[in-house]
Amino acid sequence: MNGDQAEIIAAFAGLPALLDADAALVARGCRLNVACLLGPKDHPFHVSFAAGRIVEMAPAPILMRSWCFSYRASPAAWAEFWKPVPRPGWHDLLALAKSGEAVLEGDLLPFMTHLQYFKDVLALPRAKAGGAA
Amino acid sequence: MMGFIEPVVGRYVHVEIEGEVNRIYFEENGSGIPLVCLHTAGSDARQWRHLLADENFTRNFRIIAFDMPWHGKSNPPATWTGDEYRLTTARYTETVRAFCRALSLDRPVVMGCSIGGRIVLNLAIDHAAEFQALIGLEAADFQAPWYDTAWLNRPDVHGGEVCAALVSGLIAPQGPDAARRETLWGYKQGGPGVFQGDLYFYRVDGDLRGRVAAIDTGRCPLFLLTGEYDFSCTPADTMRTAAAIDGAEVVIMKQLGHFPMSENPAQFRRYIAPILERIVQRAAVAT
Repeated sequence: MNGDQAEIIAAFAGLPALLDADAALVARGCRLNVACLLGPKDHPFHVSFAAGRIVEMAPAPILMRSWCFSYRASPAAWAEFWKPVPRPGWHDLLALAKSGEAVLEGDLLPFMTHLQYFKDVLALPRAKAGGAA
Repeated sequence: MMGFIEPVVGRYVHVEIEGEVNRIYFEENGSGIPLVCLHTAGSDARQWRHLLADENFTRNFRIIAFDMPWHGKSNPPATWTGDEYRLTTARYTETVRAFCRALSLDRPVVMGCSIGGRIVLNLAIDHAAEFQALIGLEAADFQAPWYDTAWLNRPDVHGGEVCAALVSGLIAPQGPDAARRETLWGYKQGGPGVFQGDLYFYRVDGDLRGRVAAIDTGRCPLFLLTGEYDFSCTPADTMRTAAAIDGAEVVIMKQLGHFPMSENPAQFRRYIAPILERIVQRAAVAT
């Protein structure tokens, strides 16, 4: 793992606290309960959401742990996505999926019912000190 | 104290489209060259409110923006029985032409965005003589799909929320927050299945690859403007389209995405002003 990847992983580890601090965003996810796989393509996290909060987050792989959907992107994608003003094509989760920098897999119903919520949760490191990575 | 009343006025015109009378809502302001503005899929003509109120443009243009049937304040026609709404190339083309005829517009300029930009290309191919100039925003002969439109209309997903969330990424990050929210509000208010039905034209029925080379820009100038943050109709899509059209002019707009006129009106103004001025100059020479 290189330094950039370590920064990305550290930023992901900080997501639960950033989300807890955003009451409006938590409220928008109040009906969301799902286990998913999020993060860098090669070092994703198992993330459990309950009532709009992240209640468990642990690095994959975990033996026989299942997940509903997965959104994983290259470290370069996360680094650019979290910049204060990302470059065109690197500014949106689905833009990254279209370009192949990210992969979206699994049962997408929880992701689509809460699409703006997930876009905003995964962008939280952008606001922290003008971008964490 | 009396409140500020904008100069934009809204009315209804009855327009026969493919044998059905449609009560179409339109707003207008200004006088001079007719400039008809077409909104994006799944939204309505409120997207054009800043252009409609811009005195620098209304001095020379009668700016008109209408809600397509099923959109905004234009209800579905009375003959609609509740069946699935699907916009086709033929129906969209006829809607624009019939609306222009219903208002007795003499060779208007048409400016459309997204699906409106696509239909502008079709107007240029088949009906160029009816128009003074054509402007396509976020326009291309085709673009690669980036999501399954089935998500837009299903009972277990909130249609307004998912439509707005999908297109939110098409807005450039530099625009004002209020303009972003207003642009998305249009998507949250669309009728069920309307955005999906519009995209039938965009994704399935309106593929213009191989046809745009027939456009004669000598007869009717064509301007194509695309925002750099639009990953649906990318700058590359627009430039590829323009490369096949002799005389088509392309502008790639910085700090703008798929909804230039509503997501960041001030930034869009910088790009559209010189083009509208050229149209004015061209009209002056012609007379």
